[in-house]
Amino acid sequence: MIRDVSFGQFMPGKSVIHRLDPRIKIVLLIAYIVFVFCTFNFVSLAIVSAATIAVILLSGIPFRMYVKSLKVVIIIVLITSLLNIFYGGGDPIFEWGIIKISLSGIYRAIFVSVRIVLLILLSSCLTFTTTPTDLTDAIERLMKPLKVLHVKVHEIAMMMTIALRFVPTLLEETDKIMSAQKARGADMESGGFIKKIKAMTPVLIPLFVSAFRRAYELAVAMECRCYRGGDGRTRMKTLHMKPLDYVSVILSCLLLTGIILCNIFLAPII
Amino acid sequence: MSLIEVKNLSFTYGIGTPFEKKAVDDLSLSINEGEIIGLIGHTGSGKSTFVQTLNGLIKPTEGQVLLEGKDIWEKPKEIRKVRFKVGMVFQYPEYQLFDETVYKDISFGPANKGLSGDDLDKTVRRAARFVSLNDRLLDKSPFDLSGGEKRRAAIAGVIAMDPDVLVLDEPTAGLDPKGRDLLLSQIIGYHRERKNTIILVSHSMEDVARVADRIMVMNRGKLEMLDTPRAVFSRVEELERMGLRVPQITRVMTILREKGYDFSDGILTVGQAFDEVLSLLKKEGKL
Repeated sequence: MIRDVSFGQFMPGKSVIHRLDPRIKIVLLIAYIVFVFCTFNFVSLAIVSAATIAVILLSGIPFRMYVKSLKVVIIIVLITSLLNIFYGGGDPIFEWGIIKISLSGIYRAIFVSVRIVLLILLSSCLTFTTTPTDLTDAIERLMKPLKVLHVKVHEIAMMMTIALRFVPTLLEETDKIMSAQKARGADMESGGFIKKIKAMTPVLIPLFVSAFRRAYELAVAMECRCYRGGDGRTRMKTLHMKPLDYVSVILSCLLLTGIILCNIFLAPII
Repeated sequence: MSLIEVKNLSFTYGIGTPFEKKAVDDLSLSINEGEIIGLIGHTGSGKSTFVQTLNGLIKPTEGQVLLEGKDIWEKPKEIRKVRFKVGMVFQYPEYQLFDETVYKDISFGPANKGLSGDDLDKTVRRAARFVSLNDRLLDKSPFDLSGGEKRRAAIAGVIAMDPDVLVLDEPTAGLDPKGRDLLLSQIIGYHRERKNTIILVSHSMEDVARVADRIMVMNRGKLEMLDTPRAVFSRVEELERMGLRVPQITRVMTILREKGYDFSDGILTVGQAFDEVLSLLKKEGKL
């Protein structure tokens, strides 16, 4: 049912990846995304793919969880790779009417689909191995320099924390209200698109009412504890860099060097 | 003949994930027509999951639920028919109110069942009467009612479907003592008039002792006991091991009995205790 959403769900564990500093994990994810788009030939693509597989194996999360999160984007991958096949340019190896397929088109399709898959795998790895609170904490720290520009970093992070915190709660609530209305004979499965949307009214109205009620209660509870934004606020859990974090940075730098060398000495394919 | 028969029912949540949990474990029982069953158990004992299998909101992973001798999942497409026969009032049912007026909200169930016109009007007003919501309230928005009134309106919404079995999942939770008593006596009144089967899930031993014909005790997904209130509440130690207890008045009377007062065993309500004390005083000539 609704609870089966696996994309972005934290899976508890004690692996190396779980223990990395969340700030490092975010920075490395961004770096890896750049790496993935710096691959211009098969050797570098293979290097990045191997690195991704290594990270996945280290994370200790069952592989089928990754497969589940890939299912969400499989259509996007198919469409983009299909489009890329036809926009290859160069000498066509197959021609049928206006459809021309060239070798470089096929290469492009392969690169684009592998890149998207790697992106999803790496970002799922981040959300699988990092609790939402750690994640927003890290984002708040990383965005701190923006304070100079009067960006309300703490408030943004707090909003993210609250939003993430309430996703499962609201899903559970939706489940409950749907059950309650089904018990009263609501028919949500049959009928056309319009009928199905109309059938959602008895679910959406109570859901909105309870979301507002929760927001109000949370605001009161926060005010009762004298919450007044980020200024002068200390943390219960401060983040510290550990040897493991430095090791991961060094390994990633080596990876980057490898990719750069590949790009210098091997001819680009796309 | 038994109305509901449950055979080797099991249900597991989240199969194949790290959150896998067996909520109901190999449960078999039968419930007769016109009975009031009290269902008690510690939080997480599988009570709510079990009652949701009775009207097909949860499909059991193993086993069967037979309603009037027929497996409710025999024709999965007709599961809605089962839901009109087995009415289910969830915990905090007031959070499911949604329509513009109380009247419209109560009519949601019976309208889904296919009633319209005069029949619908009659059913809605009858259901409202059972929970003593007066006509003035019926035209109000459900969101303008008080907490207790909202609860009663939501229960009326299920009663209006005129189910043969009415399942109530902690109907008195969060109500004040007066609202509790009122709601319980309304449920008993409804049962006397309609003579249907009622399953009452509750954390309050006092409530189930007061209304139930038989009490069902669940622990860790298993059925531990299914017997008369007297028999169930005589097994004090077992109940306490499961994190449950006997009604307070039963404890008081047991302690007094141990101190030598001549009270009979298995007193479950304050009313019974009152009569016992009165007759003892008379016997001793102090009254």
